[in-house]
Amino acid sequence: MDIGEHLFRRESGRMVAALTRLFGVHNLALAEDVVQDAFCRALEVWKFRGIPENPSAWLMAAAKNRATDILRRQRTAKRFAPEIGRIAESESAVEPVIAELFQPGVIRDEQLRMMFSCCHPRLSEDAQVALILNILCGFGVAEIAAAFMCTQAAIEKRLSRGKNTLAESKSLFDFESASDFAPRLGAVQRAIYLLFNEGYHGASPEAAVRAELCEEAMRLGAMLREHAPSSTPSTHALCALMCLHAARLPSRTDASGNLSTLFEQDRSRWNPQLVEEGQRLLDLSAEGDDLTEFHLEAAIAAVHAMAASPDQTNWRMIVELYDRLLERNPSPVIALNRAIALAQWKGPQDGLVAIRNIQNGQKLQEYVFYWAALAELELKSGNRDSAQSHFSTAISLARNDLERRFLTRRNDQCTTLP
Amino acid sequence: MSDFLYIYRMTPAAEKPSPEVMQQRMQKWMKWMNSLSEKGHLKERGHPLEQPGKVVRGSQKTVTDGPFAETKDVVGGFSIIAAKDLAEAAELAKGCPVLEGGGNVEVRQIMHMNV
Repeated sequence: MDIGEHLFRRESGRMVAALTRLFGVHNLALAEDVVQDAFCRALEVWKFRGIPENPSAWLMAAAKNRATDILRRQRTAKRFAPEIGRIAESESAVEPVIAELFQPGVIRDEQLRMMFSCCHPRLSEDAQVALILNILCGFGVAEIAAAFMCTQAAIEKRLSRGKNTLAESKSLFDFESASDFAPRLGAVQRAIYLLFNEGYHGASPEAAVRAELCEEAMRLGAMLREHAPSSTPSTHALCALMCLHAARLPSRTDASGNLSTLFEQDRSRWNPQLVEEGQRLLDLSAEGDDLTEFHLEAAIAAVHAMAASPDQTNWRMIVELYDRLLERNPSPVIALNRAIALAQWKGPQDGLVAIRNIQNGQKLQEYVFYWAALAELELKSGNRDSAQSHFSTAISLARNDLERRFLTRRNDQCTTLP
Repeated sequence: MSDFLYIYRMTPAAEKPSPEVMQQRMQKWMKWMNSLSEKGHLKERGHPLEQPGKVVRGSQKTVTDGPFAETKDVVGGFSIIAAKDLAEAAELAKGCPVLEGGGNVEVRQIMHMNV
């Protein structure tokens, strides 16, 4: 009997969410210790006795038993969640409450509550994403540090600050009485979006690591969709966007493991199920009059997904969608993407002019793909020397070997192309 | 073929491994046990042992908590292995994942009634 990939990690998020509800958010560390104990126990027992029939249920039972012990021993109810703390006063009430809390449907809700709690407005977006990865996705400090190419100390600090803020907030997010549901949902969507982008465009050279981040973001997005209040048109748009991008993941590297651009990708390797699911979600998102950035980005991804080749892409529509995106969010990176699309539609010279006219363009100076885009457009315009000079700058900014190899290859082609 | 007792001693880890790392450790262990089993060496998978224990000592029969604190390696479990001789049993123990965590495997032949 074998266990599912990442079973421990997945179960970690479920158990921490349920136990934090039980012990109170100020006892998050205790919930994490109980989960750690359950895994240690599983590790020792399963090693010798083999994997149980239902590993998830076994882990849950181990966590439940440990939680029951703790509640029985710590009769001081105040230490726990006010609403649940009372149970510790009467011993007979402990077990039914715990049993109720570990029902699959209840655990699902608790995970969602934890997700909303992690996106506390007092926390930076970086801290929110790190907390979600740690608490809900079960990633350890070293794994988060590797995914974000940060030092472990930096992540450690980010997490402990975030957990302190959570503890100080005294209670988990309350869906029933929350007046700030809409802004909090926005923060949650944004955190999922950032997590996905880290996977999709992230600095980690490990394709497997990045694919996992995308997968986690999509799993969290699906959780939002399953829950009526958070299953909004913007949630559908976010999920559509993730599906349509994820469909292209398998073709982002070619057979020899090198990065390949949207223009070179073998489109037969795009995942048709994900494209279809993305289209379906995009249809669902077209409801109400709330047009978010997710809608526009998903629409752009859908235009790409529908095109059989770069030449057959409706670049004009893509430029128009980027224009609307820029109205909402005048980000230089979006403006750069618009310029690249414009170059496809009207030619490289127009693209170069658009890049020169980007507002706050100086913010792009450290962005590897800014120089890569300039280089590509110069090359298309026949200016090999300036293309090579831009490629050199891009290479010096590359974040990992994969990017460096890709840019070096393009740079070499400046001289070999006819 | 003779029977051998493997006694696994492990150093309690100072750091908290992530769930993924724990799962990988477990899968390594299963793989090793399965390979012993496939080759007919695994006579009894054995059992893990709860930590803490008690030690009863001397004619005074004093009972103390233990056997930790003074020894850094704690017995974590045991298995029974079938091997040609002590040398082979020791060789087979080299694949045990407990070694990677700084632990050790004590290999002892089990004495039998028949001479």
